[in-house]
Amino acid sequence: MTTKNHIIPVKNYLLITAALFVLTVVTVAVSFVDLGGFNVVVALAVASVKATLVALFFMHLWYDNKLYMLIFVIAIVILAVFIIIIMFDVMTRDDIYQFAQSLTGLLT
Amino acid sequence: MSEATAHNGNLEHHFIDAEQQKDSAKIGMWLFLLTEILTFGGLFVAYTIFRSLNPEMFFNAHKFLDTELGAFNTIVLITSSLTMALAIQSLQVNKPKLAYRYLLATFIFAATFLVVKYFEYSHKFHLGQLPGRFYTFEGVEGTNPHIFFGIYFMMTGLHGIHVIIGMGLILWLAIKTRKLQFSPDYYTPVENVGLFWHLVDLIWIFLFPLFYLIG
Repeated sequence: MTTKNHIIPVKNYLLITAALFVLTVVTVAVSFVDLGGFNVVVALAVASVKATLVALFFMHLWYDNKLYMLIFVIAIVILAVFIIIIMFDVMTRDDIYQFAQSLTGLLT
Repeated sequence: MSEATAHNGNLEHHFIDAEQQKDSAKIGMWLFLLTEILTFGGLFVAYTIFRSLNPEMFFNAHKFLDTELGAFNTIVLITSSLTMALAIQSLQVNKPKLAYRYLLATFIFAATFLVVKYFEYSHKFHLGQLPGRFYTFEGVEGTNPHIFFGIYFMMTGLHGIHVIIGMGLILWLAIKTRKLQFSPDYYTPVENVGLFWHLVDLIWIFLFPLFYLIG
């Protein structure tokens, strides 16, 4: 048997769970503080930390064949590209009205 | 290279050895999780678009969600992930009876999550905050939050379906564990269902702040 059969001690699982609980409390508490647009950023940042803990330790990615981590990271990257590219389009849709107006200005 | 170990019955002969078989199964599960991430990803994209186009609607609408219930459900799912991981750990150290109890605990936490969601949904049905063309709730504070509830039901609904599927799989594992069909040499199905269950937890970790903790 190879070293890949790493068994995580129960205590480590409990520590990770405690960290996840604390982060949940943090994210709820921060939501009551008005940070404007920054609230979303903080909420997603905390969620990402929690997700990383679950992926690395509960899902065993830290100890396993790196190929599994690669597959997971690729999924996240594809999703990020998906969202970012679409937002470039969605957030600039109003520009066409300014463009149309500037054209009318030229014609008159 | 032959091994007179207990897992020989589970070793399919088109694999070189048990480790390659386990690797193949896990790679298959991770590829499936990739498709799941992209499935929910499509809905997250929809959320992103509608929230960026209607920020006030989302801010006002989220007040109709019970933050405490959402936080409670987050804790419930995290705990269920813990018991799932401990079930696998128990099999690794050859304690199948303990693993069985951890699997049952995971099942009960999952059921708790669904019970809370039932109360949340029925409250919304009562108010008419329904998805799509069933929506009859008159918005307050000047905005009509129909889009918010449409996306809310689609995303938490799809997530809820995954919880139900997970519960079925966990029950199946519990039965097999009780029959002592898993051992330190072979527990691959438990690991793979565990991966699925952790993904369900992961998705909720993002759903919770995006719907319940806006602003």
